[in-house]
Amino acid sequence: MNYKPVIGLEVHVELKTKSKMFCSCKADYFGEKPNTNTCPVCLGLPGALPVPNKKAIEGCVMIGLALNCKINNFSKFDRKNYFYPDLPKGYQISQYDQPFCTNGYVYLGGETNRHLPSGTKKRIRIRRVHMEEDTAKLIHQGQDSLIDFNRSGVPLVEIVTEPDFESAKEVVEYLKKLQQIVRYLNVSDADMEKGNMRLEPNISLMINDKGLRIKKTLPKYKVEVKNINSFRFAEKAIEYEIKRQTEILSEGKTPVQETRGWDEDKQKTVTQRIKEEAQDYRYFPEPDIPPIRFSDSDIASIECIMPELPDVKMQRFTNIYRLSAYDAEILTRDRKIAEYFDETTVIGFHHEIKRKRIANYIINRKIDINKILPAELIQIIIKDNQKSSLDEDKLSKVIAQILIENQKAVTDYKNGKVQAIGFLIGKVKQHFPKADTRQIKNVLEKSLK
Amino acid sequence: MKLNELTIKRAREGLRNKNFSSVELTRACLEQIKKHNKNLNAFITVTEKKALEDAKNADQHINNLAIGQFNNYPLLGIPIAHKDLFSTKGIKTTAASKVLEDYIPAYDATVVKKLKDAGAVIVGKTNLDAWAHGSSGENSDFGPAKNPWNTEYVPGGSSSGSAVSVASDMCLAATGTDTGGSIRLPASFNNIVGLKPTYGRVSRYGIIAMASSLDSIGHFTKTVEDSALFFDITSGQDIFDATTLPNPTESFTKNLEKGIKGMRIGFPKILKENSQELEYLGYFEIAKRLIQKLGAELIPIDIKHEECAIACYYIIQPSEVSSNLARYDGIRFGNNRENFGDEAKRRIMLGTYTLSAGYYDAYYKKAMQVRTLIKKDFDEAFKNVDALISPVSPTPPWKLGEKISDPLKMYLSDVFTVTANLAGIPGLALPIGFTKNRLPVGMQILGPHFSEAKLFQIGHAYEQATEWYSQKPNL
Repeated sequence: MNYKPVIGLEVHVELKTKSKMFCSCKADYFGEKPNTNTCPVCLGLPGALPVPNKKAIEGCVMIGLALNCKINNFSKFDRKNYFYPDLPKGYQISQYDQPFCTNGYVYLGGETNRHLPSGTKKRIRIRRVHMEEDTAKLIHQGQDSLIDFNRSGVPLVEIVTEPDFESAKEVVEYLKKLQQIVRYLNVSDADMEKGNMRLEPNISLMINDKGLRIKKTLPKYKVEVKNINSFRFAEKAIEYEIKRQTEILSEGKTPVQETRGWDEDKQKTVTQRIKEEAQDYRYFPEPDIPPIRFSDSDIASIECIMPELPDVKMQRFTNIYRLSAYDAEILTRDRKIAEYFDETTVIGFHHEIKRKRIANYIINRKIDINKILPAELIQIIIKDNQKSSLDEDKLSKVIAQILIENQKAVTDYKNGKVQAIGFLIGKVKQHFPKADTRQIKNVLEKSLK
Repeated sequence: MKLNELTIKRAREGLRNKNFSSVELTRACLEQIKKHNKNLNAFITVTEKKALEDAKNADQHINNLAIGQFNNYPLLGIPIAHKDLFSTKGIKTTAASKVLEDYIPAYDATVVKKLKDAGAVIVGKTNLDAWAHGSSGENSDFGPAKNPWNTEYVPGGSSSGSAVSVASDMCLAATGTDTGGSIRLPASFNNIVGLKPTYGRVSRYGIIAMASSLDSIGHFTKTVEDSALFFDITSGQDIFDATTLPNPTESFTKNLEKGIKGMRIGFPKILKENSQELEYLGYFEIAKRLIQKLGAELIPIDIKHEECAIACYYIIQPSEVSSNLARYDGIRFGNNRENFGDEAKRRIMLGTYTLSAGYYDAYYKKAMQVRTLIKKDFDEAFKNVDALISPVSPTPPWKLGEKISDPLKMYLSDVFTVTANLAGIPGLALPIGFTKNRLPVGMQILGPHFSEAKLFQIGHAYEQATEWYSQKPNL
């Protein structure tokens, strides 16, 4: 029997706003002494009330827009009621039926998907993007459980996809893409190890009927996996789950609906909590926060302050700048590098330096963009150009000598064995180790005519 | 007249003219508390030492203030009390529940801070139905407060102690909260003035929440004018409460003397079904006639969905209660949950049920829809009238213990008051006389959102004509 994985993702991203979601406490808790960034609001003291952080909501809407979501004109916060020691109010302020953003999508490149012809893109649907608050952090020490409220109330954006993934590789590609987007937007560091990007995949398998019968219904069970704090773990955990569930299904049984955790030491997932029925969170509208309305112009003005996103940049670099997909991908990985490249090309334009050449410098020479200003890079390129053109005469002489000394290669080349030129380039390079290979090749080709 | 019997207005005049000091005034209140609190149980905590210190500072302040600066401190040296639901930094705040028996807040509620900044002296924290759950004051875990007009009777709740403290001259004013009538009912049972402001006009920050979408923060005073003075201080937008709204700039006392000539005042078309005692209704009829005599036009009004109000209220309120009480888990502060009393447990269970999956639509959601209809009814009514008058309670004060074993009967005593909370509109309760047994009777004046100034105007006119405030209980 053949099984097809059905994977959906919930990703939590902590925003790096100055203050927390509902109070003015500092939101950056990393490395802080426990329980030093707290106040009556994030401690849930009697009488304290939440006041929403506008910047955080803006960040959430930006993420929604970047994921092609619809931004709802009317939205509200809700209370999600449940008991846990890391939740001081006994409820989490979240969003239930009217989140800020719904119905988006992202495209994954064809490379990771064997089933699609290369170049085809796979669409992952985004169900919703909503705003909530982080819980406190529980630290278990021997017999004691300690609570650090520095994290309590930190803005958290939850991004939920439809179950559209079919492999661990697709999930990882999506995660990288999402990380890149929130970093571009500068709303979160999205560092998985620091815990400001967390993910919970839910995984199940359905029978792959190979087109005989298209089953639209989802499997009757799903397994949620927690405790994943790197892309590598995500891949391993999902692959492990697919293997484990395949074995169970092959025996004619159904996997248990449960929450499992990734155990890195044992390299497997282990049972954490078996959900017999869905927990009832008794959601109801948060009475302490009036509903939030976005006019179309509010949304437009948020859109205006958003930077150009990686996909659009990538397209511009390949279609307009005529860079290779490979170069464009490297240059757009990090917004800072992409912007550095853009700036340098503007200056380079006045000096008639091609974009491709600038790209080569940034990619191959590993330019430290924090130390070398774009104008300085242009100066370096100009100097190198002058150096190499000065040497042209000398180069021609050396080439003439080499052609005489290597008659066999010359004959081979003239007989159509084009690759023989590589041998000759190598010989020339012994004399000019720093010279541009392309330039050598050009002069060689001329001489061989 | 004894100092503690003064109104805020009179006391301020006396302090300004240096007829007496704040220490003398505060001491008079503290002595009254000492004499009668044992019997009336109005206070859970009396802050004698701190009050005298603050009064001393106030006196120094009065002496040092340049003429004209006095008005910057509208309550300078005036002794007041807070319902023990208001967080007071460094002063125990119990909500009259054993759960918070030893809880000392680390911060002041916004209203507490505003009153402090206005110069008020806090004499203590007053008794209430635990968590503000109740209409009689009997649900306090520290024993019920008693009605100063007859200690065999309830003083009304939930702000029982605050009402008793003002009625028995233990302080000049006291704060309260009104979620379904908890200010207006005890005000009317004690022959004093109680204001339930428009929802969102006074900050709820720092006040232990009962039902967040219904909680209004108000106060008790001896006169309508004092109520307006007090409201000038407590009202206004607060950056710590996202549901508050900005205030107009003029004082609420501005229109006090304008009278009610030519006003159109509505009254409920049908009352008898809701009222349990015919004799008692007679007092409201007398009040109506007086309103007419003062020059207003009386217009019968029908709030169509009023009959659904109690049902609607007793779904929304416990739902929010069940969520608001979740934080009292005993992990970080307070005692554990076993200390919740019966009424709190009842509301937690009711609310948990009405919010549960599968029941939410039938209960909570439906109740919210009815609430919208009630709001609309009032909006309609106020197109036709300036304000509405109605009794506060369907009965005069009842005897202690009379309704305690019948929660439903107790809930029904809120029948005239909950509508204002559901609609979010303001209500001013004021005395309209006494029963044959010399128990106080009150009425409420309801107005559109943000119409407090008008309510004070009507209330003041009525008060000037009746002067019920001059009647004092025989302690």
